[in-house]
Amino acid sequence: MFPIVHKRQLSDSVFEMGVEAPKIAAKARAGQFLMVRTDEYGERIPLTFSDWSAEEGWIRFIFMRVGKTTHQLSHFEVGESLADVVGPLGVPTHTENAGRVAVVGGGVGVAVAYPVARALAEAGAQVTAIIGARNKALLILEDELRALPLERLIIVTDDGSAGIKGLVTHPLKELCEAGELDAAFAVGPAIMMKFCAATTREFSVPTTVSLNPIMVDGTGMCGACRVSVNGETKFGCVDGPDFDGHAVDFEELMSRQRIYTDLEREADADYSQGCQCHL
Amino acid sequence: MSPVDETPNPAPAEKPRHKPSRGPRVAMPEREPKARATVFDEVGYGYTSEMALEEAMRCLQCKNPTCQEGCPVNIEIRDFIGAIIDGDYRSGVEIIKRRNALPAVCGRVCPQESQCEAACILAKKGDPVAIGRLERFLGDSDLACELDRRCVPAKAEPSGFRCAVVGSGPAGLACAGELAQLGHDVTIFESLHAPGGVLSYGIPEFRLPADVLSAEIETLSALGVKIVTNTVVGALVTVEELLSEEGFDAVFIGSGAGLPVFLGVPGENLNGVFSANEFLTRVNLMRAYEFPTADTPIWRGRKVAVVGGGNVAMDSARTALRLGAEEVFLVYRRTQDEMPARKEEVHHAEEEGVEFKMLCSPQEITGRDGFVTGIVATRMELAEPDESGRRAPVCVMGSEFTIECDTVISAVGTRANPLLRKAAPDLELSKRGYIVADEEGATNLPGVFAGGDIVTGAATVILAMGAGKKAAQAMDAWLRADRS
Repeated sequence: MFPIVHKRQLSDSVFEMGVEAPKIAAKARAGQFLMVRTDEYGERIPLTFSDWSAEEGWIRFIFMRVGKTTHQLSHFEVGESLADVVGPLGVPTHTENAGRVAVVGGGVGVAVAYPVARALAEAGAQVTAIIGARNKALLILEDELRALPLERLIIVTDDGSAGIKGLVTHPLKELCEAGELDAAFAVGPAIMMKFCAATTREFSVPTTVSLNPIMVDGTGMCGACRVSVNGETKFGCVDGPDFDGHAVDFEELMSRQRIYTDLEREADADYSQGCQCHL
Repeated sequence: MSPVDETPNPAPAEKPRHKPSRGPRVAMPEREPKARATVFDEVGYGYTSEMALEEAMRCLQCKNPTCQEGCPVNIEIRDFIGAIIDGDYRSGVEIIKRRNALPAVCGRVCPQESQCEAACILAKKGDPVAIGRLERFLGDSDLACELDRRCVPAKAEPSGFRCAVVGSGPAGLACAGELAQLGHDVTIFESLHAPGGVLSYGIPEFRLPADVLSAEIETLSALGVKIVTNTVVGALVTVEELLSEEGFDAVFIGSGAGLPVFLGVPGENLNGVFSANEFLTRVNLMRAYEFPTADTPIWRGRKVAVVGGGNVAMDSARTALRLGAEEVFLVYRRTQDEMPARKEEVHHAEEEGVEFKMLCSPQEITGRDGFVTGIVATRMELAEPDESGRRAPVCVMGSEFTIECDTVISAVGTRANPLLRKAAPDLELSKRGYIVADEEGATNLPGVFAGGDIVTGAATVILAMGAGKKAAQAMDAWLRADRS
């Protein structure tokens, strides 16, 4: 069992949770992920590290309440325990000799952008972080990012309620046009990553994307997470989650992410009906 | 019950302990094909005591039992059958457990027809003794007891050595059981949340009920074996760290050949195409057939094509039926004779309504809006036998045809998991990524042993168990050797 030692609500539907897991904390690196299962009947879901402390023995992740499992997870409180937490899984994000890098995070993807920006900055890169959300209320980890030694932090919202009004690709394109980028890293909804990669491709700026395909075991055993990269089938869990954004087949990724949408909706509706919370 | 045989290891009978019966092989009662094809309950009910005795009476109690030679872990088969004849089930279980820690599992999933039963003298003229069913009978009779009454093999004096076992599948469980019996302190590290490896995620409930598996594992725990789940060796800890920081004296790697192989044809990433591993893991380990009570969803296809001819293909096809498929096809490049699956499983699949499409090979998976609509396949014919002795299938030109389906399950094998390189970067691997180990499981690294599918590539439960056991004995010798 993994005791919950931290919980914070970041927005209406986004939560940060920390669990005691000293062994995982000792090995965690930016860009890696965890498999989490709430209880005996729970689903194994992949969640990316948002933070960890090897000294204090905890790890944190951020999730958006979208389906039954994340819904259930949002009801767990400090002092309770999660049945299973497995990690650190996946290949860590490459951070050496990155030069001038844009780290783009969209929505709950900012949870991954934050430790990646931190690791890049620590490795000596000049990091411009671009974070985006639909509106100010959904923006997460702004203060944490401000505390990092970044070149710049650019905030973008769809409705202009915070930072620049528009999409994350706008400032990304400006940086490309100004010739100020050696590399880019993007994490967020697949459609956002697709457009980030399309933006940088024009300028031949190497771009890494952190993908979020469906997974079951997360250790290379099932192949649910397969993605096409340069026409070749790769496994998100053991070959990724980071891939060359210019080579990923995003249409296929988005299609594959939708396979269980109806069933997930059914499960969540079933759960919400029986649960006491009023959303 | 007849008087209990007092000796734990009954000597081979000087004169026959019974007059062998000439009766036919006793059938094991099974659920009706139609009824069972919709539920996950076990197909075979197992023998009753009367049936077990009747079948045991067919055994000739040969002076030189060839059946034992046919067993990969060398179980004293004649003697455990003798114990059944004597009505001394406890001794029977003890005899098996000297060589095999998981009789209730092996009695169910071993391919006896090509091992012990094939070597039975009776097989020369008729049906061999149903050794597997008798093994299962004894295994189940043991598991029917409360834990403290079960047969737990004797343990040697504590050796003071600590052994780590990577993976809790058949190889790891057998190795751990043997090491514990030899007096070592054993910890198994399992990457998933439940122990058992392929026995837990791969083999369906209707062939191996989860309760049977967990009871057998419980008995191992009673022997002192510790199991730590949620530990991916290669991610959370390396083999080197197990030997240094974690203070283990020797490590056995039995991580299995986990990575699924796909068909390598266009369309393999369409929605509705699954590896057998994913399909079976969702259903068995995650209990997706109970969705939405269990949270893990499963795709329930109407027309399901399973590609492959092994046990995993049979398991997938029969699972698809139980999930409510209207039609399930088994697509195989060769003919039924060449199928590597157990005859019994092939027979069960046929009985339940799986339609066999032999001599066809998928060339493409077609789809619409990202979802599978069918398979384009070509007809095959068999050429002369190749060096493996199997007749290679060759394409019949211009014979393309379409199989309409909404689900394709790829059960064409597995390969080594790349996590292994992270677990032990200095470990010598073959070209295909498997661990190079000698007959006894020793690798190029001192104190590191390996066995099971991660050495041989995908094989059977009992072969993996045999390798795990053999390696445990080699580890024991290595640990006790004077290296000063």
